[in-house]
Parts: sequence; structure tokens; C-alpha cells
Amino acid sequence: MGLFSRIETVFKSKMNKLLNRMEDPRETLDYSYERQLELLQNVKKGVAEVASSKKRLQLQRVKLVQNTDKLEKQARDAVVADSDDLARLALERKAALAQQVEGIDLEIAELDQQQEKLVESEKRLSTKVEIFKTRKESIKAQYSAAEAHVKINESVTGISEEMADVGLALERAENKTEEMKARAEAIDELMEAGTLEDLTSGRDEIDRELSKISSQSNVESELARLKAEVGKDPEKVKTGEEGTDERKEV
Amino acid sequence: MIIRIMGEGQYRAPETLCDDLNQIDNRILDLVEEGKADEFRKELSKLISEIKEKGEAIEAKEILQSDIIVPPEDLSIEEAKAVFKGSGIFEG
Repeated sequence: MGLFSRIETVFKSKMNKLLNRMEDPRETLDYSYERQLELLQNVKKGVAEVASSKKRLQLQRVKLVQNTDKLEKQARDAVVADSDDLARLALERKAALAQQVEGIDLEIAELDQQQEKLVESEKRLSTKVEIFKTRKESIKAQYSAAEAHVKINESVTGISEEMADVGLALERAENKTEEMKARAEAIDELMEAGTLEDLTSGRDEIDRELSKISSQSNVESELARLKAEVGKDPEKVKTGEEGTDERKEV
Repeated sequence: MIIRIMGEGQYRAPETLCDDLNQIDNRILDLVEEGKADEFRKELSKLISEIKEKGEAIEAKEILQSDIIVPPEDLSIEEAKAVFKGSGIFEG
């Protein structure tokens, strides 16, 4: 059995549940409309929360970039003061921060995309719910007239399909906002913890070692660059320049 | 033939489209079984654009019963698997 037929079975069983509840369709229609409004409200709230999570991430990015600049300055000062160890430490931290900024950039871009999609589906759903409202009133009127029974049954099936579809679409949109909110919150927490403590937390041993090695070589070349700029240690300036070139090529 | 794309509304499509759709549906079925997420996405969006292209959109005011129900375009392969397991993509 293909995906269509499976979806249809799942969907129809949902519809049947709705239809079975329709002893008095007028009540069911009202109830369903209320429920749809409620869900739509939740989706709207979710969209707003995602937007504010994104804003928080952007602020965090600004803070990180500021810290990066500060660390660069500290490293330079340390070089001037002939304190290689301190300069190395500052540069190491700077490298780790730069990685975090990259991560945040990716997250922001992704949140952006998902937010757009969500806003779009929210708009579509609002329209649907609005149409449903009008349609519901006309069905109720038809039902009350109780003249064309067959016709009523047909419309009731159609409308229960529409109800099920709007309901399901809202459910999914709501689930999606929940996921996004949870993810944005998780990132926030990681960032908070990361800026304060272990900069490479949340990754496995191998990753950590690898990034340590790569940031160490980066740190060395940056240190050499700073030294060259400040005009210290002319012997090492040469190797420093090589290091800088390498970095540029990468 | 009336086709509902879930979350997007209904389309009136010629009967002949059904064969094409069935073929794509079978391919999708295989892709889900093989767990090929990217190709699955591609086939699904191909399927949906085919319906939109060859079908005629039914106004949202008009509410009819559908002959075929097509999953939403953003259905993930995990959700599709859940559909085959019988638990469905939705609660209740």
C-alpha cells in the first residue's frame, strides 16, 4: 500500500471520529471552530516566541563578537608585555569564541527560514479558519432547515474532511513551533554555559582534541602575526609570516 | 477527480493524472523503505507540483469530499515511516 492510501486511511479514521461525534453537527462545528481558533492562537504565540529567541541569539552574537575584539586586544597587550603564555590563552579563547559565532550564524539562518515558513502557514491557516467559520454557519442553517437530508450528509462529509485538514495542519504547525522554541532555548542555554565555562562543552572527546589541535596551530600563527605587528622577536617573525600566509590560503 | 493536498486545499485533476501519481507514489514507497530522505523529499515535491500544475485549484469556499488525499509537502521521512507503522503523523 502506497503513501497516499496510508495517509488516506489515517486521515479518514480521523474524519470518522469527527463524524461520529456529529450527533448534532451544529454543536460539533462550533466546538471545532473554537478549537481551531485556540490552536491558531498558539501558533501565533509560537511564532512570536521564535522571533524573540532569534533576537536573543543575535544579541548573544554581538556580545561574543565584542568579546572576541577584547581578547584580540588582550593578546596584543600580552605580546607587548612579553607574556606569550597569556597571549596564547587569550588567542585560544578567541578561537573558541569565533567557532561559537559561526554556530550561532548557522542557527540564526535556520531559524530565519523556519520562521518565514511558519508565518506563511499561519497566514494560510487563518484564512482557512475564517472560511470555515462562514461555511459552518451555512451548514448549520442547512441542517436546521432539515429539508435536503442527502445533501446535508454530503456537505457534512466534505466539511468534516476540511475540519480534519485544518485541525491537522494547525497541529503540525504547533508542533513545529514547539520544536523550534525548544531548540532555540537549548542553544541559549548552551551559549550561556559556554561563554562562562568550558568553551568546547557538548562535544565528544575526539572532536574536542581535533579542534584543540587546529585551534592551537591557529593560535600559534596568530601569535606570530601579533608579534610581527608589534615588532617583537624578529627571529620568529619570519615563521610567523609563513603561518599567516598558510592561514590566508585556507 | 478531486485531490486534497493536506494543508493546502483541493485541486480538480483529470483522471489520467492518477496513473502518473500512482507511479510516483510507488517510488516514494520504495524511497521511504530504503530511508533515502533527500530523494524522498524530491519525489514528494515533484508529486505535489505535478498536481498543482495539471490540476485546477478549487476555491477554498467550496468544500468537497476528496477522492485522493496527498500528504503535506513538508512531510519528513520520519513522519512518512510513522504513517507506515500505523501510528500516523498526528495524535488521536
